[in-house]
Amino acid sequence: MGNGLAGTTLRVNLTTGEITRQPTDEELTRRWHGGRGVIAKILYDEVPRDADPLGPENVFIINSGIMSGCFIPAGAKVEFGSISPLTNGHGDSNMGGHLGPMLKFAGYDMIIFTGASPKPVFIYIDNDTVELRDASGYWGMGSLDCEAKLKKDLGEDFEIATIGPAAENGVLFSCITHDFGRQAGRTGQGTVMGSKKLKAIVVRGNRSIKVHDIESLTKQVSDIILRTQKHPNMEPWQKYGTSFFLKWSNDNAVLPSYNFKTTYYDDIDKVDGDQLIEKCLITHKACFGCWMNCGKYSKAVIPGKPEVHLEGPEYETGALCGPNIGMKDINHVAYINWMLDNYGMDTMSGGGVIAFAMECFERGLITEKDLEGHTLKWGSIDDVEHFVDMVANRRGIGEVFSQGTKRAAEKIGRGSEKFAMQVKGQEMSGYDGRWAPGMLLSYMTADIGAHHNRAWTITVDIAEGRETTEGRAKIVVYLQHIRPLFDTWCICRLFWGELDITPEEIVDSLNHITGWGITFDEALKTSEMIWNLTRCHYIERNKNNGRTFDYPPARSWEDKIPSGPGKGKGVTKEQVEQLLDDYYAARGWDNKGNPTREVLEDLQLGSAADNLEKAGFLGEPVEGGIPAVRGEKYKPKAF
Amino acid sequence: MRIKVNKDNCTGCRLCMQICAIEHFSEINPKKAALRIEAKFPDPGKYKPIVCILCGKCEEACPEKAISKSDTGAYVVDKEKCTNCGECIAVCPVDVIFQHPDLDHVIKCDLCMKCTELCNTDAIVKWEKPEAAAVKEAHNG
Repeated sequence: MGNGLAGTTLRVNLTTGEITRQPTDEELTRRWHGGRGVIAKILYDEVPRDADPLGPENVFIINSGIMSGCFIPAGAKVEFGSISPLTNGHGDSNMGGHLGPMLKFAGYDMIIFTGASPKPVFIYIDNDTVELRDASGYWGMGSLDCEAKLKKDLGEDFEIATIGPAAENGVLFSCITHDFGRQAGRTGQGTVMGSKKLKAIVVRGNRSIKVHDIESLTKQVSDIILRTQKHPNMEPWQKYGTSFFLKWSNDNAVLPSYNFKTTYYDDIDKVDGDQLIEKCLITHKACFGCWMNCGKYSKAVIPGKPEVHLEGPEYETGALCGPNIGMKDINHVAYINWMLDNYGMDTMSGGGVIAFAMECFERGLITEKDLEGHTLKWGSIDDVEHFVDMVANRRGIGEVFSQGTKRAAEKIGRGSEKFAMQVKGQEMSGYDGRWAPGMLLSYMTADIGAHHNRAWTITVDIAEGRETTEGRAKIVVYLQHIRPLFDTWCICRLFWGELDITPEEIVDSLNHITGWGITFDEALKTSEMIWNLTRCHYIERNKNNGRTFDYPPARSWEDKIPSGPGKGKGVTKEQVEQLLDDYYAARGWDNKGNPTREVLEDLQLGSAADNLEKAGFLGEPVEGGIPAVRGEKYKPKAF
Repeated sequence: MRIKVNKDNCTGCRLCMQICAIEHFSEINPKKAALRIEAKFPDPGKYKPIVCILCGKCEEACPEKAISKSDTGAYVVDKEKCTNCGECIAVCPVDVIFQHPDLDHVIKCDLCMKCTELCNTDAIVKWEKPEAAAVKEAHNG
């Protein structure tokens, strides 16, 4: 009888090349649940507060979680974490595919990389064989090209994650790529790998994962799979993946277009899911153990350019590298997707950066002279191709944009901060929150910057009123506890929202795997503990009251939506302040956005309270004490 | 009875391999499955499930007479008789007989059909009454 763990944790000192093995800490896992949770704890404990995210003191962690690979629907995630060079706070990002399960089949739950290698290396894992190997022959290769070459050199049955030239060059929003199109895109985890000269992770294994109760698990999961095969969302999901959502977002006035100037795209029919399936699809593609196959393996065919293969564009890339930069041909969106993938840049931040640069060009803040004689016009594939090459190689003005929109706006100035669409240095996902106040609050308060995976509230905003901020903070807090749980367990979240599989069912699966016997409410409390720890960590590192970091760019309240079904709509600055007031109250933090000792001690985070106090940012005691919402299950009507 | 492969439908999820290993070994380990998925990426970008085609060559090759045809038409390995010599693996034209370091016998499909039950794209399906011409076409594909 097992507990879902593979059993071994590796520590790899990249500076010295020393590799040590230790039994995976079961007590740590029980408390922090693996994945994002364990990563948050280790980063908090081990990275000095003044460490440069791109220096050897940063710690880079791969964790395959407690449920990944365990015959769980969509149970294929692997979590990466380190201090983010974009946000300078706790950073994590995950990907699907097959790497997480394979790491466990090789016998490993986690790899903790410290230091920095003096020369390019990759880590080679084949069951008991764990080696750092010379990667100088692969350095400089595109992410996708490198994966193909490593498979050719080592064997098709290895699962491989790579970084591209952008990460090697220090582009801050670089990603990690796997399975020819799955990415851990956010928070610059690829950049951290690049700073450590770690080009790739190569894994093969043939061990079994032992779980607590294989019979109950098999029966439960088989029943879920057979039940959901008939769910009405299954067919569109299998056909389109997330790309069907572009039209929905457009109809509901949340689709970012032209660098979030508006939320309606006139040319949506040229870049939506139907176009993707009709013109680009090669094959449907699934992660390990997933029956929803949201991956769309595609080709981009453009006269005068090589035909390229890629996975996507899924919703986020489709939105941010489509309408948000004015593209009017799905092949062009797919080509940009491939370019960013192979250079190894996050397509979400990448799309945001291109859009921001396009608006700078439109406003004359950058010129053809800055762009080596090229223009940078909305919808121009050739302009984008040249610009992306400048960014990936940090050449000329590309150096400025390679640091993300926040830092680029600080350099460019002249009012550009207003339309640098980011929070805490991380570019926004593919939803505009101006007329979806819960979504805007989600971006403002997410611990890794403006990313939608912490809380996505648009259906709730629509159901409960888009003009009002009332009740939104509680929903955001609740979702910020439930959604990151999936990243903690290293399973995909999509089947929960799309196929009506309940969180309680997932906790049942967790118990069949681990034997923990916990409830969903207990899991939520663990998630809240993780959330408070990453908040303390962020404040300690960035040395100011939490509230100062939680504001979106001024476009979010100064510019009303100019076109489409949301015309004239948008939150006010007063509403933005109200959202924050309500949010801190819902969390039991003080009005400066700092966690209080009372809340932290209730979550067994007393030492974090001590540290925050020493840093001078412990929250003032809040009248009324701990708010009820923290333990209360607030179920949004629209879910 | 056979397993029919609709190769263009395969998404590479490997649920079939997981349930195969669970059914036969009560373990989660796709390397203990009696079928495999061929993935060709980045070019052309295709998956193909590879399953036993019931050719019977393994039965002929086994020096221990450990492989025999069952009532369902499957060529089944007698784990007691099997010496794990690998002769069957050498002759299998589609490479779907496997060895695993935990085991002292080979792993081979017994047509239990568990793999077909969970496939959500009908990439592998139970084939009750296969006709000879259709079998030929399926195997050549």
